[in-house]
Amino acid sequence: MQLILCPHCGPREETEFCYGGEAGVPYPDDPSVLDDEQWARFVFVRANPKGAFTERWSHAAGCRRWFTAVRDTRTHRFLDVESIGASQPPTTPRR
Amino acid sequence: MADTLTRTHPLEAWRTAFAALSEELDPGLAIELAPLTTALDLRVDATGVFPFADVLGGPLPTAPNTWTPIRDGRAVWLGPDEWLVTSTTASGPRWEDEVRAVAGPHRGAVVDVSAQRTGVRLRGRDARELLSFGCALDLRPASFPAGSCAQTLLGQSGVLLLADDDGGPALDVVVRASFAGYVAGWLLDAAEELRPLPHNSDQEGDET
Ligand SMILES: [Zn+2]
Repeated sequence: MQLILCPHCGPREETEFCYGGEAGVPYPDDPSVLDDEQWARFVFVRANPKGAFTERWSHAAGCRRWFTAVRDTRTHRFLDVESIGASQPPTTPRR
Repeated sequence: MADTLTRTHPLEAWRTAFAALSEELDPGLAIELAPLTTALDLRVDATGVFPFADVLGGPLPTAPNTWTPIRDGRAVWLGPDEWLVTSTTASGPRWEDEVRAVAGPHRGAVVDVSAQRTGVRLRGRDARELLSFGCALDLRPASFPAGSCAQTLLGQSGVLLLADDDGGPALDVVVRASFAGYVAGWLLDAAEELRPLPHNSDQEGDET
């Protein structure tokens, strides 16, 4: 259990938050030209880095706002949080 | 002529239990049902908060986790573009229209949520401790003074906590009506912790 810094409410207990997966996954420019495999890749395949990972989190039991966080997947420690819309969210480098 | 329906507090059935507990734990803890209020949920871009002072009878709070008194009620910060405004006197549908007329040009949204939430008011020196049995927030006056609010968890239920001062510290627990029974039961159960240890004179007699 740890405190997560909500960009709006401040530090709150982890149980108040919901996980929303990888951040910064771009919606396809022209979805209609994607074949099934490409579409499945967009919908299901995510980066799984060992280390810093940029993710969406929601302060579900508080202000109910989504925000972007950088979490170290080895330690589960939060390295950074950013309110969505504050600026361009950082993206996890894709291989 | 149809019978007139009177609004009943969602926690009416708990009133006697709270009164009995409050009498027993006086002056450490008192729990009473919060008055029924009209409530509006107001969503508007934070840059447009200024025109509401007239229609609400007070300013919207812009600082996170705070509430401000307005005419016969409160304006509570719920998020960067969301407020809960309450009134003990306004008529829901009419107030909704009035506030919407101001919010509309700012692309705001106003919804009457009077039936959504209900609440209890906690007083006494043990009120903060009682909540701390099921809430991780630091509710001590230094970090949660009068005028503070927080949406958080109490036990398993989402609640809105408000710190007030009505001649002494008071904490309002505002909860969705469908969770209110759970929270009421939780409060009574948690308050067991605050009862003085029983004086067992029989056992003392046996030992001597
Ligand atoms: Zn929050």
